[in-house]
Amino acid sequence: MATITTEAPPPASPPPNLSARRPAIADRTFRYITLACGLLVLLILALIAVATVSKAQPAFSHEGIKFFTTKVWDPNNNKFGALAFAYGTMVTSLIAIVVGVPVSIGIALLLTEVAPRRMRKPVVYVIDLLAAVPSVVFGLWGLLVLKKPLDNRYADLNNWFRHIPVLNTLFSGGGHQGTSFMTAGLILALMITPIVTSLSREVFATVPSAQKEAALALGATRWEMIRSSVLTYGRSGVVGAVMLGLGRAMGETIAVALLIGSNAQITAHLFRSGDSMAGVIANQFGEAFGTFRAALIGLGVVLFAITILVNLAARVVLNRSERQLGGAL
Amino acid sequence: MSTLQGSFRDATVSPARRFRNDLATVLMWVALAVALIPLAFVLYYVVHEGLRIMGWKFLTKNIPVIQRTKGPGMGPAIIGTLLITGMATLIAVPLGILGAVYIVEYGADNRLARVIRFLGDVMAGVPSIVMGLFVYTVWVVRFHHFTGFAGSLALACLMLPIVIRSSEGMLRLVPRELREAAYALGTSKSRTILTVVLPAAASGIVSGCLLAVARAAGETAPLLFTVGLTSKLNSNLFRNQNTSLSLQIFSNATQPFAGAQQRAWGAALTLMVLVLIFSVAARVVSGRLAKASS
Repeated sequence: MATITTEAPPPASPPPNLSARRPAIADRTFRYITLACGLLVLLILALIAVATVSKAQPAFSHEGIKFFTTKVWDPNNNKFGALAFAYGTMVTSLIAIVVGVPVSIGIALLLTEVAPRRMRKPVVYVIDLLAAVPSVVFGLWGLLVLKKPLDNRYADLNNWFRHIPVLNTLFSGGGHQGTSFMTAGLILALMITPIVTSLSREVFATVPSAQKEAALALGATRWEMIRSSVLTYGRSGVVGAVMLGLGRAMGETIAVALLIGSNAQITAHLFRSGDSMAGVIANQFGEAFGTFRAALIGLGVVLFAITILVNLAARVVLNRSERQLGGAL
Repeated sequence: MSTLQGSFRDATVSPARRFRNDLATVLMWVALAVALIPLAFVLYYVVHEGLRIMGWKFLTKNIPVIQRTKGPGMGPAIIGTLLITGMATLIAVPLGILGAVYIVEYGADNRLARVIRFLGDVMAGVPSIVMGLFVYTVWVVRFHHFTGFAGSLALACLMLPIVIRSSEGMLRLVPRELREAAYALGTSKSRTILTVVLPAAASGIVSGCLLAVARAAGETAPLLFTVGLTSKLNSNLFRNQNTSLSLQIFSNATQPFAGAQQRAWGAALTLMVLVLIFSVAARVVSGRLAKASS
């Protein structure tokens, strides 16, 4: 379909001696080598599952189902309940989605429908730059720069929302800290924005212009056109992109480890400190031995399983929308 | 399109609809600002704080053993990052490209190729810390040593699906006529792939690999339980513990001492520059691809 010409046509090789066996053997060998490399993906995924599950076994057999249903994490007394970490992973990822997805979709719409054509490429570059910032640099910045001013904002919000039902459960109730569910979630939102933006952009770019022009011809404003054709047409693709972003957010480790406050608790107050699965592995693995270490690997197993499921679902949704949109992804 | 976009303004559009349209436009620009302002702040602080300690001494001297010490030294971490990422590239790039060759050239969209492709995408979503745990359990535990090479293995696991995905896309862009011309000359399939298809897709593949390198160079989580920690230069990936810029940032960021924090900023600046070099190189290479194809 695309016509790509190369710099110079590579030197054509002389026709091989067809009767010789050597080329046939070389040909087959090469085929098997590439097959082996392809199968490596399956092998690694299987090995990850087997190796981590077997190393986590002591913790699973020690705690049993309590590993998943209790929230007490007390290595000194050999108590390992993962619930508080699972909760932290869920809450921070949800904050990331709630904040990051509207921003990403807004930028994607801006880039495909609104912004002047000259501006689009530079903006894409800058968004890619956001993706290039290492997680640990976000963590460093959050910890050394953002923490104090954020805590002050949290204190303000804490006072404002004190008497408003529902919102006071989320944003009030004291105990606010600069490193909290909210801080980690906000940084995660920033980190998933590039990927969700670029996937949404690809989805929006595949909306047929006939659809858009039809809406405009009927007298729709640009926003009405976006709502009626672009967003409707691209809905399943955007859902896939969001799920991929969710997978990213759940597995993100270092920035969260630095910014969530490392305090395993289950609370609806988003300005309080918590802990996440990936975060606690990063922070505690160094000093962990025996069952403690096995329990941390167990958290890794849970994280692996969840992110695999989320990514499988995301890929199924994305592949379906790709087929529906005519394979432009 | 541009003629269409403004057309509704001439028609009779009710103020409410016009307001909603304008509001949506404004909100989209706000969304862009919401993403870019924090980015500007991050870059500003990394450059501003990092430059205070940056210099030849910072890039070459050993890391102070006592975290409280003020002053420079990040040399071992820079060498560590370069060596560990370099080795990971040596492992992941050939394997990834050959895997992509199977999917596109030999698999020809049969079921196995589709499964490999799908699982590659899934593998790209596996959290990097799980890769670290994986290499810890199968390598570090077995050989009882933290080494730079163990970190390379973990990074290679991270890079492999990225390399496969991008190489696959580039191989698909190679026109079929090129392959058919080679076959018509009696060239075997493997030779056609090695001498015709791969060179034709080379710049795109290189660009994808450079992006994978940039991604890997900035990673911390896969290295946490694999390379250990050291303050001295260790240029042997297979012996003794090593360190990296990302690990140094992580461990220094949580220190209360000004000296350690300063070094963390300096390491962050160095790391950002490294990552940007790889990203820009990828752009340059793929830009040449775009020019060649037009």
